[in-house]
Amino acid sequence: MTEAPARTRGKVGGPRPRWFPARLVGLRSETATARTLTFQVPGWPGHLAGQHVDVRLTAADGYSAQRAYSISAPADGEQVSITVQEVGDGEVSPYLEEGMELGDQLEVRGPIGGWFVWSPSSEAPVEQPVLLIGGGSGVVPLMAMVRERARSGSRAPFRLVYSVRSPEQVLYAAELAELSSTDGLVVDLLHTRTAPPDAARPVGRITPEDLATPPGWPASPPPRAYVCGPTAFVELAIPLLLDLGYTNKTIRAERFGPSGG
Amino acid sequence: MAIFTRGFGGRRDPDAVALPPGQHLTEGFPVLSAGPTQYVEPEDWSFTLTTETDEKQTWSWDDLMNLPSEDVEVDIHCVTRWSKLKSRWRGVPVDAFFEDSESEADYVMAHSYGGYTTNLPLEDLLDGKAWVVHEYDDGPIPAEHGGPVRLLVPHLYFWKSAKWLSGFTMMTGDEPGFWEGFGYHNYGDPWREERYAGD
Ligand SMILES: Cc1cc2nc3c(=O)[nH]c(=O)nc-3n(C[C@H](O)[C@H](O)[C@H](O)COP(=O)(O)OP(=O)(O)OC[C@H]3O[C@@H](n4cnc5c(N)ncnc54)[C@H](O)[C@@H]3O)c2cc1C
Repeated sequence: MTEAPARTRGKVGGPRPRWFPARLVGLRSETATARTLTFQVPGWPGHLAGQHVDVRLTAADGYSAQRAYSISAPADGEQVSITVQEVGDGEVSPYLEEGMELGDQLEVRGPIGGWFVWSPSSEAPVEQPVLLIGGGSGVVPLMAMVRERARSGSRAPFRLVYSVRSPEQVLYAAELAELSSTDGLVVDLLHTRTAPPDAARPVGRITPEDLATPPGWPASPPPRAYVCGPTAFVELAIPLLLDLGYTNKTIRAERFGPSGG
Repeated sequence: MAIFTRGFGGRRDPDAVALPPGQHLTEGFPVLSAGPTQYVEPEDWSFTLTTETDEKQTWSWDDLMNLPSEDVEVDIHCVTRWSKLKSRWRGVPVDAFFEDSESEADYVMAHSYGGYTTNLPLEDLLDGKAWVVHEYDDGPIPAEHGGPVRLLVPHLYFWKSAKWLSGFTMMTGDEPGFWEGFGYHNYGDPWREERYAGD
């Protein structure tokens, strides 16, 4: 196709996100099938909680594959962390979850996404309450928001509703427990297949009751919801939010995968 | 100099069809949405073309059904890196909506139920390059995939194919739509890998 004047390039949206070489400098096991990888990225411009990177892996013969991963922690100089949940027959996630070793390199591009982000609004008289709803690895960008709230000392009411198959699958379990006992973060775990013996809630998928507004929240401003996870989970959660009075303007969603059909 | 990733083999399919750079195949359906899926009944649906002089023309579901539809089978490419081959749609070429239009503007803002917008050059919508579609895989388009009616512009990344289409507004100058305002590319040609602003 010919170059038409219609194609104004780079007119909107800020500077072009570039590719950066990234070296693996930190590894932390989160569950039996997920780990956090921290990369040193010289020249990294920083990011907002909720944004993601594109990751490019190049094999010795030049073949390359790209995938998107949410950044799991607030901006920290030139370090970028992601948490990868292994998808059984996947091309990229098994390598990131098991194969990659400290010192190995790949490329990252970003930060990407300016909509699914949260930053503190400390100057507001009443900070907007935030409901975070994560399914599986969808908790990753939400964890960046939780950590950003703690880092910045924001008092915004925060509640995380986190849907997982079983207790062994919970990412960041110790840190979430810690923040919920010291930092006013409310964490509700929803187990869909297996629950711990002392769990009050029966196992099952997310329900309207799971999302009811906590009593202590201010009447205004209305809360904002961030929903993230596999497409099917997001599609399940959003109608519940709409029934509870959330709107197109107060719901932000990020879908992680292709849907079934 | 390329950066190699030690120990990464990757998968290679010798029979693989050529995909745009950075894309891989899915049997599922690639989805990129910023918010809630919109649920619009066909009888409540309408499409309004608003010109740069604010003249309006509106089509109802029945009006749409009375326009000549065609079957299209196209590959679609989502900026989140999934491509789907040979997706089957049925709909009305966009040209049909401009037959009686007096508009001289070169740019279009496509609008969706729920407030989503995306901008396109008019020339990318005409001459059989784009459709207003109302069927997917021989049935109604599911709401999560943009039904009852979505735009289909297969030669651009799929965020340009606005779901839950509600209208076009003609613009004499180009303006960013929703994702374009958040750093995604203004034009979005997958073969040139125009994902983000400045690509
Ligand atoms: C914006 C964005 C952010 C993301 N953030 C994260 C993150 O923080 N952590 C993370 O672990 N993943 C995240 N993902 C998903 C990630 O990009 C990959 O899709 C995932 O790691 C699988 O890649 P793969 O190469 O291993 O699998 P592939 O080889 O691409 O796929 C193998 C099989 O698994 C299926 N599949 C692919 N992805 C998923 C999925 N997410 N759920 C279920 N089935 C799937 C495929 O349809 C296929 O059948 C994100 C995706 C997007 C779009």
